[in-house]
Amino acid sequence: MLSAFWLVLKRDLLLALRRRSEIFTVLFFFLVVISLFPLGVGTEDKTLKQIAPGVVWIAALLASTLALERLFSSDYVDGTLEQLALAPQSMSVMVLAKMVAHWLLTGLPLVLISPLVGLFYHLPSHSIGVMMMVLLIGTPILSMIGAIGAALTLGLRGGGVLVSLLVLPFYLPVMVYGSGAIATSMQQGLSLQPYFMVLGAFALLAIVFSPLATAAALRISLE
Amino acid sequence: MKLEAKNLQCTRGDRELFSDLSFSLEKSQLMMLEGQNGSGKTTLLRALCGLYEPDEGEILWQGKSIKKLDEAYRRELFYLGHLNAIKPDLTVLENLRFNTLLAGDSVTDEALMQALGTIGLFAFEDFPASQLSQGQKRRVSLARLLVSKANLWILDEPFVALDIAAVELLQSIIAKHVEEGGMVILTTHQEVPLTRGKIKRLSLSGGSIKEQVGVNA
Repeated sequence: MLSAFWLVLKRDLLLALRRRSEIFTVLFFFLVVISLFPLGVGTEDKTLKQIAPGVVWIAALLASTLALERLFSSDYVDGTLEQLALAPQSMSVMVLAKMVAHWLLTGLPLVLISPLVGLFYHLPSHSIGVMMMVLLIGTPILSMIGAIGAALTLGLRGGGVLVSLLVLPFYLPVMVYGSGAIATSMQQGLSLQPYFMVLGAFALLAIVFSPLATAAALRISLE
Repeated sequence: MKLEAKNLQCTRGDRELFSDLSFSLEKSQLMMLEGQNGSGKTTLLRALCGLYEPDEGEILWQGKSIKKLDEAYRRELFYLGHLNAIKPDLTVLENLRFNTLLAGDSVTDEALMQALGTIGLFAFEDFPASQLSQGQKRRVSLARLLVSKANLWILDEPFVALDIAAVELLQSIIAKHVEEGGMVILTTHQEVPLTRGKIKRLSLSGGSIKEQVGVNA
């Protein structure tokens, strides 16, 4: 079971390495969205601090949906998905591997680059740490929820737009608690623990249920 | 080893493809599926793999429902559809290695290289698959047959895009598998000459099953 996980994960990472442009597209999209806001709303210190938590999360949500359409579509088109479905291993495990690969390629770069965003928006260093932490917990949830949407819209015309419409509402709780944690960290004396616990609970739920749901949706799409 | 289909019925949209279709296949048997375009050959093959759920009826492997057997059944199964499952960004060897490991066959790179040599792709192993012709891609996916340990091969139009030499090679690979006690179900208009074993012909248009024994009856 573990071997199937590593096999699919390694292959997806190898494919991404052969097409590096796709990784950078997501990263640059994130940076562009982040840097558009100060230009639009002004560069006043107080305003920036106030909007930063929301902006980071909105940019992360949009960047994450950007690569979702491709998550299963190329495997679907060339027949690899059929072979995944017919492999004598649990499909959920292989789906989880694809989610992990998606996160490593689109979520993790955002986490790593987020301190730069903190500097753009004059966030205190403590809040930058919190931002990295919530993105680290939150972006895998985005990949996992997104995968369900990508599997459901597989093979449909205009699936790319549809998948965004479908998954963005489900991203909301993650965004609300994620940006809430960053905003709270800028105020004195408030505990961040509830935010981390709620986000952690979301992450655990997603890890358990999303591979099962995605595998089931893929089997329907393959019929 | 026995594969049984009982009273299968499949529909696509409002159109009924076939109904009340029953047959069985045992070891050392080859089943040729015949029928016009759109008569449901591919649908039937996908149903036999478990990719498609028939509206009615059941499919049994060793007397047990393939839905219940799930992974245990898929271990016995090799399916090749219209799509080759070849990634253009990977090399020939990487493609073959991924697909064989995925199917649960652990084989060495030497065995894979040997399979590539047999199938006529000697010295192509580090070639990016994007540069292969359609027929060569088909050969890469057929090379998996040479290292597969599956008993039941389900092949959907395996001869498409192959040249004459490759068609002959594939015929002999299929014949060898049947003669060694394996089972093959395929859709094709090409004959597969057998020296041992049985050929069954299932015609989807009429739902009739004719049986043939040995070479060219």
